Amino acid sequence: MHNQSDLLLNLAWLIPLFPFLAFAIIPLGVYRNRKLSHGLVIGAISIAFLLSQIVLWRAVGVWSIEHTLAYESPIIHWLSSGYERFGLGIYIDPPTVVMLFVVPLICMMTFIYSVGYMNFSVQVDPRYSRFFSYLSLFAAGMLGMVIFNNLLAFFICWEILDICSYLLIGFWYEKRPDLDRITPQEAGLKAFIVTKIGDLFFILGLMLLYAEIGSLTYSVIFSHETLEQLTHTPFLGTDMATVIALLLFGGAVGKSAQFPLHVWLPDATQVPTPALALIHAATVVSAGVFLIVRTFPILQVADAGVLAFEGIPFVALIGAFTAIFASVVAVAQNDVKRGLAFSTISQLGYMVAALGIGAYVAGTFHLITHAFFKALLFLSSGSVIHGLEHGHHHAHEHHEEHEKWFDPHDMMNMGGLAKRMPRTYLAFVIGGLALSGFPILTSGFWSRDNILVQAWAGNLIVFWTLAITAGLTGFYTMRQLCLTFAGEPRTGAAQYAPESKPAITTPLLILAAFAVGLGWISIPEQLPVVGGIVPNWFHHFMLSTIAASEHVFDSTPMLIGAGLSLTGLLMGWLVYGYKPLKASEIDRIEAVMRKIRLGWLYRAAANHFYLDSLYQNGVVWAVLKLADLADWFDYGQPQKRESDGQIVLVKRHGVVDGIVHNAGRVGNLVSQAANWIDATLVDGLVNLVGATGRHVSADLDAFDLEIVGGIVNGVGEVKFLGGWIRHIQTGKVQFYLLIASVTVLVLIIGFFAIIFLPI
Amino acid sequence: MSLSILSVTLFAPLAGALLILVIPREDKRTIRSLGIAFAILTLILTTIIWIGVIQRGAGEMQFVERYPWISQFNIWFSLGADGLSAPMLFLTALLTTLSLFYSSRAIEERVKEYHVLFLILEWSILGVFLSLDLVMYYVFWEIGMVPTFLLIGVWGSKNRTYAALKFFLYTMAGSVAMLLAIIAVYFQVGTFEISDAVAGQPFANLPVAASIAFWAFFIAFAIKMPTFPFHTWLPDAHTEAPTAGSVILAGILLKLGAYGLIRIVLPMFPNQFAYYVMNVPIIPIMAVMSIAYGAMVCMAQWDLKRLIAYSSVAHMGYVTLGLCAAAAAFQLAKVGILPLSGDEFDAAAAAINGAAFQMFAHGIITGGLFFLVGILHERTQTHQLKALGGLANQIPYYYGITLVTGFASLGLPGLAGFWSEFFVFRGAVRFIPLAAFIGVLGVIFTAAYVLWKMVQHVFLGDLDEEKWGKLTDMEWWEKVTMWPLVILMVVLGLYPAPLLDTFNAATTTILQSLQTLLP
Repeated sequence: MHNQSDLLLNLAWLIPLFPFLAFAIIPLGVYRNRKLSHGLVIGAISIAFLLSQIVLWRAVGVWSIEHTLAYESPIIHWLSSGYERFGLGIYIDPPTVVMLFVVPLICMMTFIYSVGYMNFSVQVDPRYSRFFSYLSLFAAGMLGMVIFNNLLAFFICWEILDICSYLLIGFWYEKRPDLDRITPQEAGLKAFIVTKIGDLFFILGLMLLYAEIGSLTYSVIFSHETLEQLTHTPFLGTDMATVIALLLFGGAVGKSAQFPLHVWLPDATQVPTPALALIHAATVVSAGVFLIVRTFPILQVADAGVLAFEGIPFVALIGAFTAIFASVVAVAQNDVKRGLAFSTISQLGYMVAALGIGAYVAGTFHLITHAFFKALLFLSSGSVIHGLEHGHHHAHEHHEEHEKWFDPHDMMNMGGLAKRMPRTYLAFVIGGLALSGFPILTSGFWSRDNILVQAWAGNLIVFWTLAITAGLTGFYTMRQLCLTFAGEPRTGAAQYAPESKPAITTPLLILAAFAVGLGWISIPEQLPVVGGIVPNWFHHFMLSTIAASEHVFDSTPMLIGAGLSLTGLLMGWLVYGYKPLKASEIDRIEAVMRKIRLGWLYRAAANHFYLDSLYQNGVVWAVLKLADLADWFDYGQPQKRESDGQIVLVKRHGVVDGIVHNAGRVGNLVSQAANWIDATLVDGLVNLVGATGRHVSADLDAFDLEIVGGIVNGVGEVKFLGGWIRHIQTGKVQFYLLIASVTVLVLIIGFFAIIFLPI
Repeated sequence: MSLSILSVTLFAPLAGALLILVIPREDKRTIRSLGIAFAILTLILTTIIWIGVIQRGAGEMQFVERYPWISQFNIWFSLGADGLSAPMLFLTALLTTLSLFYSSRAIEERVKEYHVLFLILEWSILGVFLSLDLVMYYVFWEIGMVPTFLLIGVWGSKNRTYAALKFFLYTMAGSVAMLLAIIAVYFQVGTFEISDAVAGQPFANLPVAASIAFWAFFIAFAIKMPTFPFHTWLPDAHTEAPTAGSVILAGILLKLGAYGLIRIVLPMFPNQFAYYVMNVPIIPIMAVMSIAYGAMVCMAQWDLKRLIAYSSVAHMGYVTLGLCAAAAAFQLAKVGILPLSGDEFDAAAAAINGAAFQMFAHGIITGGLFFLVGILHERTQTHQLKALGGLANQIPYYYGITLVTGFASLGLPGLAGFWSEFFVFRGAVRFIPLAAFIGVLGVIFTAAYVLWKMVQHVFLGDLDEEKWGKLTDMEWWEKVTMWPLVILMVVLGLYPAPLLDTFNAATTTILQSLQTLLP
């Protein structure tokens, strides 16, 4: 342990601060100046990047001397409950260092790209500054999540990411839905609610842990004693550690879009592209996997047999199923961004499966390589889409052709872009190859290979699921590349699509370099020829604080993985690349499927197996009905009713309010009844007795009618009495008072009698 | 610091009200300035009190003043402030100041009466928070109902008479029960002093009588809070009340109920409270129903003001739930399952802290929301969600402020509302896990109605150019009204320690007193 306060490592405090300040300052007035806004945001992230680099290299320096790394900064007072004092600090260990490398870099690239992207359109968005402000908050949330020393701060930052993705997905909220798709605002809401369901599990796990241990600080909850205590506390038929690990995993399922909570991610493609890259690569979805990485010690001691299927631990099961499910769906997507979204889901499934079978290093490594190549792919696709939009604009100017509906996201509208957009093409190809895990060269290969090797040693069902996914990944990646770039342009838009500006293409090329080179820090040393040239640095680094046995090098799974992904790529090329698609030709797989009468299956895959409509028409519908029912039960909405040809609002009282309201009405009725009794019986008696009073003048009568009748509410029925001896009416008021007093007295006596009787 | 600072603070608003009485009604300007001046004076005094309480120790009553009032019955006029009441005094003064400031542009009719009533209302609320004597507590509690009744009944909207009367009768029914219980307690322990009464543990050997007295108090507070199923007066009262009236009603008056539960019911009747939490779980059901069912009803509302009113029901449910957790901790310690010390003590303290934090946080958040609804209504003359839409671009400043407030309302971490929920659930998970698990579901519904109803229906989607094309953004005075609340939400959200530590000191004292009752 490195326990002394370390000035350089303490700089980590400042990393999330600058992006947060940039976020906060923009709405206070800076937003009027667009250049200043984006300048501030990029400046802030650059400072964060530099600070991260300092902290990172200092941490690596400490590690290389002490061979372990778990630094906790001095702690500031934050919360108190009872005698407990909950402090906030920073915590630096290998996962933190790894994320400090990835997040600021990708954020910085994305922000620079955003400047190019948002200025690309002829008409600059009026919410330009707001966009950068949101981006900055995004970065602050992610960086805070990485550096703080407790799970509660982690959760806070995690929710900040939620709200950012909500705001960004719904950024173009006035946009109408594209054909049958949902509007951005609905997509944002969906993302928020669906991830919130996952968050519910997270917060429950968090609170169970807090209640059990009395702390959420990493150094406490991951300590040996705590883990011992958790595993030895029985809870819900298993032990506390397992329950907590599964609940925390629930949070990751929502955030990292694992089945069955993955539905928000494809719709999140409504977001402006740079933000999409952030959501899909560096932040939101990584956050879920990072949560598993962070709480890995708990997962490690959890009972893998709980909710397991055929010996596959629950976490691995969800991951592996998500991986293959999403890759099947990805094959049938024509929308370039949606295809990539499903590939993200599939790759996240890879990571989750890896962590589920205990492959800690492999899972983490895939997280960072994926962050780079997926950011690259999304930003490239953004460049393509923008090119297409401009091409569409251009084509209109020249040809006066008038298309009713043009979807720049649809790959069927592309084709032949390799010549038009060479730099984007290069970037896309590199990203695609990394995604499909092209052997030796790309980082995707090394990270995926790590996972496959672990799966081979761990569980064969998981291994084959992931291996087949690798083949499918190769296939759909090649399909995407060919549909977008190969052959001849299929529309006028594709024909006139221009290459993007350097502000867009430069970040692409930098990310591309990482997508290739990053793999080299984790090449198995036992591998012939290339192994050992670069030391397997990552492996040693990550395992310095976690006791996990892994990385048994094995050539069989590596060859199977490489073989399958190459086969997938080749198949993809044979189907889509050898003879590129012509304009107005339908997808070849779909054509084949239709021929063998399996068109429905293709459509089902294209529609994500109708899970969305199931949720919409099942769960959401039920909740809304329940809400209406609750409202009806409670108070009820006013109903329109026709009376005498006029529409009047009739107030309805639900059950709960009805009781209250009717209690009031009963009270009113009782008083009226009393009035009637009073008026007929009592007055009658009085009249009899006081018959002499008949001479009282009509003047007095009138006076009485107005004043006394006004005071004693409900004595409007004076008509009933005629003009008889009104002055005795005053006696009536007294009588009321008497009755009231007696009642109250009886009540009070009864109350005290009950209370003080020794029952 | 003078030692009689509490009575000075208490009577400052009353002095303001009396002063305004002698100003001619035509001189609206002077009336308004005087009203605001006295509100600000009270705000400054309450700030000093808060700081003083922290310095002297928030766990004990500070600045205590005692004067004999009706000595035949041992009734005292006694004032004191501790960590539980000091922040609430501040909140009262703050919301009153902002309300009067906002009203100076919004209220044109009967300005004089309005200001007098408002200051009397502030006086009575301060009195409730300050009193150490049950009779005094009751008297201020009752006084407060009159100005509220008139504020709704005179300055309210269309259906105001019905709403005002419903509010008055309903709360009155509760307070009659409370009065009887107070007298009963007096006959048992021979004092009206709250701390003595708590120490005396009335009806310790008379379980049935204790239960009746407990329910008499509890129902009075449950109606005020309000807790399901005693809540239906609230949507009516809020829908009809003028903006500032709603702010005070939701921001402070509801807190009187919550405050009473923490200050009186839990320490005085811990056994009964625990009994109806653990053995006959009526109260947790009320709490969970308030949270989950209240949120459900919110989702079905199409009137913005009504929706926020119902959200108060849901949010005040957290207070009840937190107190249930503390009572359950007491019961578990009594039967020897869990000790009320160490981690368990901290968890129970967290639950009460959460409840107390919710009083403050809900005050600033829902107060803010009602201001915002009022600001919108000034421009659009409607609360109907279906009539609005797409306003985000038209009034971006308003949109931003509403977003922050709405997020705070749905308990987004990083804003004030989160801490109360978190602490309540942190305690509840330990002692009443089932109720906590169900209650957490409310979080999703809350997110759904805030984002779907409040944000989406008002701000997103298409703008009706014809109708709302000329809508103007927030004016400077509206910004001035909202900014203190927003700043508090953010600052307390990121760094809750100043408020939390104050509450925690008082909470620790309450729990320590419970500890002494354990066998």
